[in-house]
Amino acid sequence: MAKHVVATVDEIPPGERKIVELEGRSLGVFNIDGEFYALRNSCPHQGGPLCKGRLTGFLESDAPGEYRYTRKGEVLRCVWHGWEFDIKTGQSWWNPERMRVKSYKVDVEDGATVTSGLEKGPYTAETYRVTIEQQYVVVEIA
Amino acid sequence: MKRTREKVPVIDSDIHNNLPSGDALAPYLSDRWRKHHETIGGRGHSGGSYPRAMPNAARHDSWPPSGLPPGADLPFMQEQLLDAWDIEYGILNPLMGAGGQLNLEYGAALARALNDWQIEEWVKPEPRLRASVVVPYEDGELAAQEIDRRGGDSGFVQVLLIARTAEPLGRRKYWKMYEAAVRNDLPIGIHFGGSGGYPISGAGWPSYYIEDHGGMPQAFQAQVISLVCEGVFEHFPTLKFALIEGGFAWLPPLMWRLDQSWKKLREEVPDLKRLPSEYIREHFWLSSQPVEEPPKREYFDLLLEQLNAREKLMFATDYPHWDFDAPDRALPTNLAPDVRRRIMADNARELYRL
Ligand code: FES
Repeated sequence: MAKHVVATVDEIPPGERKIVELEGRSLGVFNIDGEFYALRNSCPHQGGPLCKGRLTGFLESDAPGEYRYTRKGEVLRCVWHGWEFDIKTGQSWWNPERMRVKSYKVDVEDGATVTSGLEKGPYTAETYRVTIEQQYVVVEIA
Repeated sequence: MKRTREKVPVIDSDIHNNLPSGDALAPYLSDRWRKHHETIGGRGHSGGSYPRAMPNAARHDSWPPSGLPPGADLPFMQEQLLDAWDIEYGILNPLMGAGGQLNLEYGAALARALNDWQIEEWVKPEPRLRASVVVPYEDGELAAQEIDRRGGDSGFVQVLLIARTAEPLGRRKYWKMYEAAVRNDLPIGIHFGGSGGYPISGAGWPSYYIEDHGGMPQAFQAQVISLVCEGVFEHFPTLKFALIEGGFAWLPPLMWRLDQSWKKLREEVPDLKRLPSEYIREHFWLSSQPVEEPPKREYFDLLLEQLNAREKLMFATDYPHWDFDAPDRALPTNLAPDVRRRIMADNARELYRL
């Protein structure tokens, strides 16, 4: 298991994302209302760059003419064919039993923790000037 | 993003290049038609094109950084499609509505301009690309003139029609076009879409795009039935058709049905000398995208066998449209290597003489 610093908290405001390369994999790190989530940037359908997709919600209906739009901003639509995935779990919406995209554990840690014993990510102290109080987004690859 | 590359060569039989702007054709139009183009513009039948959830029916990531519309920026297409998958050849099918113009002379002028534009701005700068001769197909004579004008240029590999025409394509009004295609030794591609002035389903106007998209085989079936039953292949024994973006799973049962009908009704069509399925097997090729996905793998194997996919199915991406198929993911992984090779490249290579 390796932890990687991928961004400062400020760098990914709510509703935004950052695409990063970690251990040869492309990942999307998302901020949904202050919580961070990371998904593999490769769609289980045909390998499209999923994490470049639009954020949307679930449009649900129990009967014709009745609609509910829920979980706005928590559903990622693939850029290619529009398959939908729950950002929080990586679960696909249309076929939850069979399809899910790999999701990763994301934590927010403060500077003091980060400097002690984490793997170097794309942001190191040398290339990115930050104060020690700054909070970092840390992705864990299991 | 890094991708695992297929070892097999890839020929993409359906790419949609696009005009960078409305006036991009101006240099290719005569004064008379440039004026018409600028002041009056196009007029066709409406209702053939449903609003899609995706603007321009495009993949969200296919909008070039240059700000041009999807498919209009050649360097971006090279990077995102041709280089990314090491595509050996790509067939351009520009869908600009020239053939559906109600003003036939204007349609012919647009077709001429589009054809010259394809060669100048796509095929000459990018030798991996080949063009399709756009024609005003509702007038057989005008279409034939355009095929004769450009068909000798090796940059063109087929004549391009759209699936929903004003009459079924076997009808005599289209035959001059077929004569010209045979004369110039070009196959005819029929692509998804269009509007011939009739409801777009066999039972009237539907409500949703999904009905349009999923129901498109109706138009392709009508064309196949008409071309066979009107005796087109008895008159033009070397004419070939490519059915593009119509799917393909519907074709085997149509062949069974037609054969069965022919056995009982053949007196009505005495010029048909052979089973309808024999004409179909000989004269029709199909593009892969969209690939129907049966619920069980063995059904897909049966389908490919029934279809003679080894000889007749040609891989296509449909780039930059939202229903794009990736070359390394479109077909089941355990396809026999020689079948994969034929579908991914060799069938198109033979049909289009690449
Ligand atoms: S590749 Fe993502 S929906 Fe098809």
